[in-house]
Amino acid sequence: MNEPLASQGMSLIVKTVTHWVKVFILVFGMYIVLNGHLTPGGGFAGGVVVACAFILLELANGQTRTSQTVKVGVAAELDSAGALLFLGVALVGMRAAGAFFKNFVPTPEAAWFKLFSAGVIPICNIGIGLKVGMSLFLVFVLLSALHVAVRNGDRKMIRRRKE
Amino acid sequence: MSLLVILLVLMVIGAVIAIETTNLLSSIVCVGAIGFLLSIAFLFLGAPDIAITQLVVEILALVILIRATISRDLTSVSGDREFFGLTITVAVVLVIAVIGVNMFAGFPAFGTPVMDRIVEAHGVPGPPSATYLRHGLERTGAANIVTAVLLDFRAYDTLGEATVLFCSILGALAILRSRARKRADAAETESESG
Repeated sequence: MNEPLASQGMSLIVKTVTHWVKVFILVFGMYIVLNGHLTPGGGFAGGVVVACAFILLELANGQTRTSQTVKVGVAAELDSAGALLFLGVALVGMRAAGAFFKNFVPTPEAAWFKLFSAGVIPICNIGIGLKVGMSLFLVFVLLSALHVAVRNGDRKMIRRRKE
Repeated sequence: MSLLVILLVLMVIGAVIAIETTNLLSSIVCVGAIGFLLSIAFLFLGAPDIAITQLVVEILALVILIRATISRDLTSVSGDREFFGLTITVAVVLVIAVIGVNMFAGFPAFGTPVMDRIVEAHGVPGPPSATYLRHGLERTGAANIVTAVLLDFRAYDTLGEATVLFCSILGALAILRSRARKRADAAETESESG
């Protein structure tokens, strides 16, 4: 409880490797999200990879250290922002082109197989990626605060005390 | 096909080990191995999108399971199975296996498009999947046809999926939040952390 921040979480080796690797995992997640309309992957898979990067940070550095850098409130707001972005694309399509989820950005043939193509699909991918990543990170944070313990012979889910 | 059969047999073995072992950690690792084999099966069936999603979700679910279930004072489960319950379980599994074998015998061969037959029989203009494959690129501009279907042709389904995820995380935040719980059962909280 009263131990210093540096001694929380896993060993120094894990922390150092996490410090180097987290950037690559985040970049890979963003690559999967942004190239979802060109290569296999998409918002869901990329979002899960991004969530994995945050979860790795939390596992390696301990909960207190991570909750100072990645706030749960910010994660919840990003989660909502992703959902609203996806819904907003649908509503703008209805307003601009007359149908719910209409792809209102024209995609000329010259732009095929390029990063900036496919109209609103990359925007939808970004929204879903934000949503899924932050949702799964929140699920992990919420579940890791709980703790299974045996008391008087039966198992119980109890909460670790927040410092 | 033989590779798929090998993968399926390995998955069944993994599932049996996951149920029968008394150590929670090895049980969870077995569940992860099943998911990994399933993603390999998807890859060989020509579905890299599903394989990637299955792989990353499996890894994440594994980590969450380990974190949520494994604690220092509870790493193994004990208890004997009752003979009566075991008999009923085996009987139910056998009945389901017989029904399944009979059902799959009536299916068309593996890899045969089913919708084409329905189209021939009922005179419908054509299966929607053929339209997606033929005109997917020129109508959406997306090179990945799976994403084109998910986010353009069938985006309404994806919106429903995203809404399900949103509502579940909303419910989890409401139930598991710390502030109201602390007041209600402050005696339940344990003094140790992490």
